[in-house]
Amino acid sequence: MKWFNKGFTGLVLLFLYIPMIVLAVASFNTGTSVSSFQGFTLEQYGELFRDGTLLPLLANSLIVAVLSSLCATVLGTAAAMGIHAMGQRSRRLVMTMTNIPMTNPEIVTGVSLALLFAFIGTLMKVNDILGFTTLLIAHITFNLPYVILSVTPKLSQMDPNLREAALDLGCTPFQAFYKVVIHEILPGIISGALMAFTMSLDDFVISYFVYGPRFVTLPVEIYNYTKKPLHPKIYALFTLLFLVILLVMVAMNLLQARDEKHKAAAKRALRGGRRSVQV
Amino acid sequence: MKSMKKFLAFLCAAVLLCACLPLSAGAEPVTITVYNWGQYISDGTDGYIDVNAAFTEATGIEVNYVTFDSNETMYTRLKTGGSSYDVIIPSDYMIGRLIAEDMLEELNFDNIPNYQYIDEAYKNTSYDPENKYSVPYTWGTVGIIYNTKYVDEADVGSWDLLWNEKYSGKILMFDNPRDAFAAAEQLLGIDINTESSEDLRAAAEKLAEQQPLVQQYVMDQIYDKMQNEEAWAAPYYAGDYLMMVEENPDLAFSFPKEGFNLFIDAMCIPKGCQNKEAAEAYINFLCDPEICAQNLEYLGYSAPSTAAREYMDPESASNPIAYPSEDILALGESFNYLPTEVNQEMDSLWLEVKTGSLSPESGGSQNMALYIAIAAVVVLVVVFLLIRGSQKKKKANRGTH
Amino acid sequence: MRRSTWLSGPYILWMAIFTIIPLGVVVWFAFTDGAGHFTLDNVLRLGDYLPIFLRSVWMALAAALICLVIGYPAAYYIAGRSPMAQRFLYMLIMLPMCMSFLLRTLAWVALLEDTGIINGFLEALGFTPLHLIRNDGAVILGMVYNYLPYMILPLYTVLLKIDPRLIEAAQDLGCTGAQVFQKVTLPLSVPGIVSGFTMVFVPAISTFYISQKLGSTSSILIGDVIESQFKGAYNFNLGAAMSLGLMVIVFVCTAVMHRFTGDEEVVTL
Repeated sequence: MKWFNKGFTGLVLLFLYIPMIVLAVASFNTGTSVSSFQGFTLEQYGELFRDGTLLPLLANSLIVAVLSSLCATVLGTAAAMGIHAMGQRSRRLVMTMTNIPMTNPEIVTGVSLALLFAFIGTLMKVNDILGFTTLLIAHITFNLPYVILSVTPKLSQMDPNLREAALDLGCTPFQAFYKVVIHEILPGIISGALMAFTMSLDDFVISYFVYGPRFVTLPVEIYNYTKKPLHPKIYALFTLLFLVILLVMVAMNLLQARDEKHKAAAKRALRGGRRSVQV
Repeated sequence: MKSMKKFLAFLCAAVLLCACLPLSAGAEPVTITVYNWGQYISDGTDGYIDVNAAFTEATGIEVNYVTFDSNETMYTRLKTGGSSYDVIIPSDYMIGRLIAEDMLEELNFDNIPNYQYIDEAYKNTSYDPENKYSVPYTWGTVGIIYNTKYVDEADVGSWDLLWNEKYSGKILMFDNPRDAFAAAEQLLGIDINTESSEDLRAAAEKLAEQQPLVQQYVMDQIYDKMQNEEAWAAPYYAGDYLMMVEENPDLAFSFPKEGFNLFIDAMCIPKGCQNKEAAEAYINFLCDPEICAQNLEYLGYSAPSTAAREYMDPESASNPIAYPSEDILALGESFNYLPTEVNQEMDSLWLEVKTGSLSPESGGSQNMALYIAIAAVVVLVVVFLLIRGSQKKKKANRGTH
Repeated sequence: MRRSTWLSGPYILWMAIFTIIPLGVVVWFAFTDGAGHFTLDNVLRLGDYLPIFLRSVWMALAAALICLVIGYPAAYYIAGRSPMAQRFLYMLIMLPMCMSFLLRTLAWVALLEDTGIINGFLEALGFTPLHLIRNDGAVILGMVYNYLPYMILPLYTVLLKIDPRLIEAAQDLGCTGAQVFQKVTLPLSVPGIVSGFTMVFVPAISTFYISQKLGSTSSILIGDVIESQFKGAYNFNLGAAMSLGLMVIVFVCTAVMHRFTGDEEVVTL
């Protein structure tokens, strides 16, 4: 059974990565077509760095993705704790609201948000309200549900006595959160943040309607290339981005692994002498 | 935990730094926002001119360049508001619409002296009869691109090539109702700007006839599919054909004898523009024959000015596809702006064509579908209630144990 | 714990402004005509699009089922690794979702085409080329590909939560491997199955682009139609009515699915 599962998981990963391989190979192709490899070249990478238009857009995308996932994580974690403390009926109500952005087709969310922003703009008498802020707000809005949905289960898994104990020992609620709760729900927070980051980095439909002409993100720009074929330098950008994200994720993983080792050591120490709980 | 926090702090700092950079860099000079089709300007790729950089160098005005994927999304963004643009480059019929809805500024031609180089043929157009709002950027024709290896020359020359059963499954078609209907209307001898329901329905029926033969309704993918011979015949723009033929020399282009669409994409200034004079300077710059020549040589579309053609490589300036003879050009027809109701009717017919559900007479089927819908909802609700009931029972059982 | 309810205040305020109000905008569009007068026409016209709605439901269900079948063994495998390996595999599953959805879909086109990469290999090996693209199967493949991570992640979290002592107990009581799976693991992972299913089904039903690139001429999904109402047809009203219809379908489907779990176990990631 085990070898079957192993092989099968390998196949699943292969399935997920085949298109990446295809695009990475295409970035070294001398021809423009993805489906036929004509010769090896690094020219597309040179073209990418010579032409200054795409890299700033990528930087914009990363800025929005990082900021929006950070904001959504903070806001969403707080919300999840609030929701966790709610009664069943209000909890159900809030969770229904949380599901709305997920069920609404993106284009509808995009257009309705754009209309809302434009309306606020006319109230404030600004005719170019669309820009970095509106883009960030929209991204936070569609990121929030993912954070909440990944933090809530961790909260319900947590032993409520832990927090009570911390409070009894003289912690302020904030200290109790900082010293106890966050450690318990950290995996949920991290996966929520990662999810939010990924959603935000690749969004083009909602972004399309709420971006401002002074702050364009990469997926929006790529989506506009419909009249002409994609220039192969896009594939080079794709490959580079893939490598960068891979590196960041591996780095985060290693750091987290180190943290966990410390934590495990601390836990062992704690178990050794329970009275040494300090506040 | 600590290293994780440090890492996050570092990440935040890096991001904030990046966010601040563009702010401090672009403080003083005048900036205009240009809104154009994606990949529709020479941007320095493959050794061609970088038009926007050249403009900044010549005038000191910075260009903030943004793109759209279709006339309609551009319109949606202009209409919903919330952002302002200085120069937009839509197509003919969309300009007509924008003029009708009073969304464009009148141009001050004193600031656009290079307008003199624009040929008379592209002035006094049907969408802007008094030349008050727009300056042509490019023009081009729609025709049929086919692969000479597979398509018999005898079948070429008319729109009916795209209806030819011999090439079933190897035909591509436009994935937008306006261009697709125009092809069918021209084949049927109907005016491409028709607003009559019967005409639209006739065209839709013609397109429905074609639907089983069509491999796919596509736009940008025409390039890939024609170049690697996945498809053999497709209608598209002449300028794009010239690019495709460089990759696959077996491709050829034909002007359908029934007539074809001749489009003009033109530069306009929308209402709410922040810096009209700078915008006009930009339009003027793009009309400069030398710039225009270099830009369009990269784009492959045709130049609206004879003066510009003189700066081009003579071979491309006299290319019979890009600059067809007077006789052929006489067959070209341009799109006018259609009222919203006509567009909506065309769009719903188009959907029926694509799904293969074009009904001879709407009404009967509509009611039928509604009944089915209601029935489906009822079934769902019943299932829902049943499941809930059984669930409750289960819970009750659990309780008794 | 009850005191910390206020923590969700900012979130509720945020969602009220940026979700409920835009939803109100959608409802307003759905029940008005171009001139802003009240009308039921848009909602009544939905009947015309019923076949497309049903097709979308069918395709999304099929994609979600296939994701479940593929995703379960993978999640099971990942959950059984060491913490380090788990994190690494989790990351590998997440990573493709960061990359451009448009480009990845185009890569599938290049793979599946008649003159594409797979057929190129087949021909080189002397097999007859297959017709892989422009059918419903290709669209479902595209959906499975794009949404598979949404299935694996919640399944993995739930499988991880299962107390290994339960499995040991079942083994001690004489269960075979298959019986343990059937009687312990599978029932305990139902919440994960339901949330994974929801998380694949919901985005898949409103997806667009995939069907345009991988489907046949007639394989249009409701997401494509809604997109065209907003982009080409200038008919926000009909588009809004359609997306309301879609939301109703989604809510009914998810409610039915959640009934299977018995309680309101929320989606877990």
